[in-house]
Amino acid sequence: MWAIYRKEIVAFLSSITGYLVISVFLILLGLFMWVFPDTSVLHYNYATLAQLFDLSPFIFLFLIPAITMRTFSEEFQAGTIELLSTKPLTDFKIVLGKYLAVVSLVVFALLPTLLYFYSIYDLGSPRGNIDTGAVWGSYFGLVLLGATFAAIGVFSSSLSSNQIVAFLLAVVISFLLYLSFLYLSKLPIFYASIDDVIQSFGMDYHYASLSKGLIDSRDLIYFLSLISFFLFCTQVKLSSRRW
Amino acid sequence: MSIQVQDLTKIYGEQKALDNVSFSIQEGEVVGFLGPNGAGKSTCMKILTAFIPPNAGRAEVAGYDVENESLELRRKVGYLPEHNPLYLDMYVKEFLHFVSRIHQLEHPEQRVREMIGITGLGREENKKIGSLSKGYRQRVGLAQAMIHDPEVLILDEPTAGLDPNQLSEIRALISDFGKDKTVLFSSHIMQEVQAICDRVIIINKGKIVADDNIDLLSRNSDDTEVVRLKIKEAVSMEALQSIPKVRNVKTQGGSFELVFDSNSNGVEKVFQWVNENSYTVLHLERKESSLEDIFQLLTKES
Repeated sequence: MWAIYRKEIVAFLSSITGYLVISVFLILLGLFMWVFPDTSVLHYNYATLAQLFDLSPFIFLFLIPAITMRTFSEEFQAGTIELLSTKPLTDFKIVLGKYLAVVSLVVFALLPTLLYFYSIYDLGSPRGNIDTGAVWGSYFGLVLLGATFAAIGVFSSSLSSNQIVAFLLAVVISFLLYLSFLYLSKLPIFYASIDDVIQSFGMDYHYASLSKGLIDSRDLIYFLSLISFFLFCTQVKLSSRRW
Repeated sequence: MSIQVQDLTKIYGEQKALDNVSFSIQEGEVVGFLGPNGAGKSTCMKILTAFIPPNAGRAEVAGYDVENESLELRRKVGYLPEHNPLYLDMYVKEFLHFVSRIHQLEHPEQRVREMIGITGLGREENKKIGSLSKGYRQRVGLAQAMIHDPEVLILDEPTAGLDPNQLSEIRALISDFGKDKTVLFSSHIMQEVQAICDRVIIINKGKIVADDNIDLLSRNSDDTEVVRLKIKEAVSMEALQSIPKVRNVKTQGGSFELVFDSNSNGVEKVFQWVNENSYTVLHLERKESSLEDIFQLLTKES
């Protein structure tokens, strides 16, 4: 499994797309946070990282599928899946190796944003006037959210040998699970009755809950079960050649 | 028994890719797997390497069942898939290290070194696989198949699309490996099978049509003996017809082909006849029916 993990990381970091994805993420985030006056934290006058945590999910929504789209599609396209599947590796190890590599890259892309945290921490008046607990909670939520998008992306990639199809599929499924329940809950028939239940199916609900800095086991279980579900589906898809 | 296949059947939709195929291969044998395109060679190899399961029947490789002990089996088998899929973005050395890590080899560095030496990739080891020529890619494919020193090597068309020099090099590699290991390889090229292996299995439309030693196969193929003769003097067809026991005479280029019933010692008869007439012989040989003829005979559309 670690052989696969290592190969994926190296493949990503030795190709231009790897750096492109990470740079795009950081540039967009940087522009919104520090430059564009409408969203800039400098004009906001509060020491908060809320911008970072509000924007990142939307950037992730497109960037993570861009990372994951090649994971299996490329193997199917080139036929290398046959090479991999006839080595002494279980299908699940192949899936897990690739998945963990993507998650590591997401974490890797997030690491430089710790600098933003430090800057705000330092700029606060008085120094350090920032809700540190909420920040760590939000980071935790963001990593979980990214990990869930990654699982969805890996699964989408296993469905098609075409990377564009895999990308679009991943964006659509991720979007539906992230936000559609929130919008759905606003339908008149749900309003003021079960709208909160509907909302709790969506990822944004649990992400927001984690952002408060309170790590609730329900949110954790929600994300972990989504991740397991999609990884399981990927494995089933991969093993389906045996049917 | 290195490979044991019993009543193997594989069905794709309506089509039977393999139909009750049975054969077994002893340890240390090098066996050629012949058949026209779509005969079921690759399907059979995919089953033997545990990539896909059969619909019915059993197969064992290196003592492990393809369905129930596939992980152990894959440790003991080296496989070169058809079209030799490789990660084109990886460097040769990097790729071989990757494969040795999958196999959890004890001394990967040393083993990669060895394989690069054996397959003659020394000058290419720091190149990307994508930039290699077909012959070198084939060597990389063979290197990854042999890196864990497998007991059984299964090669799906290892020499497809190579030039004559590359062909003979790859063949030499395979025969070298086959000295003490079991090798099953598929091919369209009859001469190649003849050059590398002792035994050939011919498959057509999912069924085995021949499974024999190559020499036996070429002897038993039909009931005639053909003698090829070229003489300096001009002779008529009628004169040739007068040779005892000749069934038929054909001209081909400047030479004649005389067809005898088998076991009638045609060469001897022709030689006596030439002596009696004191002709000058330029060429006299008994024509063995080639593997190619047998192949066509066995796999022709009926």
